[in-house]
Amino acid sequence: MVELLEKRKSHVLRTGNGKIEVACEKPSLAGAVSQRACTFCGSRVVLYPIADAIHLVHGPVGCAAYTWDIRGSLSSGPELHRLSFTTDLREQDVIRGGEKKLEAALRELIDRFEPKAAFVYSTCIVGLIGDDVAAVCRRVSCDTGVEVVEVNSEGFKGTKKDGYLAACDALNTLIGTGDTTGIGPHSINILGEFNIAGEAWIIRDYYKRMGIEVVATMTGDGRVADVRRAHGARLNVVQCSGSMMPLAKMMKERFGIPFIKVSYFGIEDVSKALYQVADFFGSAEMGERAAELVADETRELMPRLRAIRSEIQGARAAIYTGGAFKAFSLVRALRTLGVRTVLAGSQTGNADDYKLLAELCDEGTVIVDDTNPLELAQFLEELKVDLLIGGVKERPIAHKLGVGFCDHNHERKRPLAGFHGMTEFAEEVRSSLLSPVWKYTSRGPRAPLPRPSGET
Amino acid sequence: MKRLDVLQSKPNASTINPCRLCAPLGASLAVRGIAQAMPILHGSQGCATYIRRYLVSHFREPMDVASSSFGENEAIFGGASNLGLAIDNVVSRYQPELVAVATTCLAETIGDDVPGIVKRWVRARGAGAPAIVHASTAAYSGSHAEGFTKTVLAIVEQLAEASERSEQINLFAPMSASPADIRYLRRMAGEFGVAITVVPDISDTLDGPSWEKYESIPSGGTTLTELRATGSARASLSFEGALGAEVTVGKMLEKRFSVTNHDVGMPIGIEGSDRLVEALSQISGQATPRALTQARGRLVDAMVDGHKIFFERKVGIVGDPELVVGLVAFCRELGMIPALVASGGNPGRLRKALDGMLTGDSLLLEDSDHDEIAETARLLGLDVLIGPSKVRSWARHLEVPLVHLGFPIHDRFGASRLQTFGYEGTLQLLDRVINALLERRQSEAGLGWAYL
Repeated sequence: MVELLEKRKSHVLRTGNGKIEVACEKPSLAGAVSQRACTFCGSRVVLYPIADAIHLVHGPVGCAAYTWDIRGSLSSGPELHRLSFTTDLREQDVIRGGEKKLEAALRELIDRFEPKAAFVYSTCIVGLIGDDVAAVCRRVSCDTGVEVVEVNSEGFKGTKKDGYLAACDALNTLIGTGDTTGIGPHSINILGEFNIAGEAWIIRDYYKRMGIEVVATMTGDGRVADVRRAHGARLNVVQCSGSMMPLAKMMKERFGIPFIKVSYFGIEDVSKALYQVADFFGSAEMGERAAELVADETRELMPRLRAIRSEIQGARAAIYTGGAFKAFSLVRALRTLGVRTVLAGSQTGNADDYKLLAELCDEGTVIVDDTNPLELAQFLEELKVDLLIGGVKERPIAHKLGVGFCDHNHERKRPLAGFHGMTEFAEEVRSSLLSPVWKYTSRGPRAPLPRPSGET
Repeated sequence: MKRLDVLQSKPNASTINPCRLCAPLGASLAVRGIAQAMPILHGSQGCATYIRRYLVSHFREPMDVASSSFGENEAIFGGASNLGLAIDNVVSRYQPELVAVATTCLAETIGDDVPGIVKRWVRARGAGAPAIVHASTAAYSGSHAEGFTKTVLAIVEQLAEASERSEQINLFAPMSASPADIRYLRRMAGEFGVAITVVPDISDTLDGPSWEKYESIPSGGTTLTELRATGSARASLSFEGALGAEVTVGKMLEKRFSVTNHDVGMPIGIEGSDRLVEALSQISGQATPRALTQARGRLVDAMVDGHKIFFERKVGIVGDPELVVGLVAFCRELGMIPALVASGGNPGRLRKALDGMLTGDSLLLEDSDHDEIAETARLLGLDVLIGPSKVRSWARHLEVPLVHLGFPIHDRFGASRLQTFGYEGTLQLLDRVINALLERRQSEAGLGWAYL
């Protein structure tokens, strides 16, 4: 039986015994070794892919150094987002205040890089020493003509989710400042898609084939000018609802733009996303194009998926993601491959998310909120997990135990979204489950996997 | 040493692509080298998580770092109760023998009295409390490398005890010693019949085998008994003299407990390795064993075989100050020109340490960032670079081959197995430098020689 700290017990649930409540949306327990980062992290990951802006981290060097080129968010043009800018505060700055250094840094960076905007991220220290960041931003904006946006992301202010909110606030100050002339009636914004390994390009291509105009992708392959005119779109299509729902709500309030929640992971979810958008516009032609697209794409990938399914079905997977919405898609995508999810959890899910997740998963699945390495390791052993899906910090936990691992986080190098992404995902899962290396670990070989009777 | 005019006009209020990480990272790494120890970073949750992710990507091993998970309340009213709770939970879940509390800039700035909080916790806990040490590691007052040395010093200072002189020989490993380096240092001492106690010892904890059962804290590391006995050791071997710091762990033990300190500088290259061997010989009272003279001979032989390939090649060296000092010395032995020597570490020490080692052909950048280093390198026409992964972000544009070394290595495997120390480590490095130069020549020559 897995040992849990008393205060962690309510964050863990085994489905099937009637109860479906999971404690969540709480600050991480001190000393529990949470996999979560901080408010700053939440803001940084959301705004990061905006490629023609300066992202200046105001604080000591660490916060900027750890987030330098951290996400595999691709850009089709400028790559300012891949540089790490910081005011690199030293002891004297902490004593005397960092405003002057911030102002000088902004001016020299704007002068040299000519960005379309600058984001200034406040770190813990800035919150303490009381720099008037807003005033500096206003002054520099005024003088240079380049909009400088303050991001209230002091690490201690809350959880990663509060950082998402601060990022949405920052985006919201840019939205509504651009010219929307020429935006057609069949237009959308893609929210919560970060173009990791080029995924936004895959999704944008689908919409283009359906006759839909994408005004802004927030923030994958993002551009400041697109964000400024995002209010001209007729619909916000929100993925990764945890990070971008606040923005969708703000835009609904300010501009009356409705939103829908979607996911692009797995055949079912990506198909549903495309149909939902077509339905929204009520165009029969668009619906037909969506159907055609889904049929074409599915036809192309099904033979390979079937082949892989026959090789790996019966395997047992554990999923631990940042936001819970991705976990839903992964459960379904794994089901397509005949892989059963025995543990699913997230860093930032809410009560509704966990309720849905519990309903979606098979009986006996463990649902965890804000888990930690020791809990994960124990569940991997107890539940006889063959494959863990998560981020870099979870990888060695799996590997040490001879359990396969699939990176579904910032650092993935293969696109896993869309139809093409489903094949890539299947190949990823397959390459871990069928590798002969497990034979030499204490867990032993994964193949041949136990397969449900009657299936081949 | 000269500085190009072009650089003097460089703006400097901002840092672009930092060449330095923060002190709590070094603290977390140092604690991982202590047996059954858990680090707690006193501050926001993000510090611990970012540092874990960074270290995991380098070592590819589990790296648990706890946090006192500050919220707004703690930032305003102090983090004492959260730190107490963090220690409670870490003790309950990990059952560590040692807990090390390192401060982040947040806790340092609000002025939390960590020693006091720890003392109260220990008193309340009574019997059965693990040993607890604390290190002050604010991010704004030193780099990751300094966080590492400060933490090692804090641990030893707070645990070392006076006792009857033992046979223990302390060896204080610097942050740039990889697990494989530590294993080799131990073998070198073993050739003299000397068993060394490496502090901190990450050779198993961060380069362990595949496990049967999950280990809450990876096994290995310097034990608490060994740490206490550092005060009664017969001698200490340390490399910290490379940077000429006034306060080092070796000097501290010498002053407080009269443990003779043999500071040999960085044991990289022929002369650096010779200094280590001489010290071992002195400590053990034995002549240099054949295995080591053979290893030295093999290194010399390889240097002779390759001398035309690396002679007067321009090398750029980027890394933490101590490693840079060792690498410059070795490159001089090869007759290479250390055309660019750069570090993100705090200024002053490195320049002094390199005094007399750099000629007019060398440029030194201290307290630098990768933006400045890259801009400088562009002007120098380097033949090869030695440095960590982050160098690659610009080396690829300059088409200069990079020999991966130092911290972090995020884009290659085997960081734990890279060796630089002693004859064998130096030889491994030499082969890699030569091969990088050869590969470049090969790819540049239309002929694509199969013989080189």
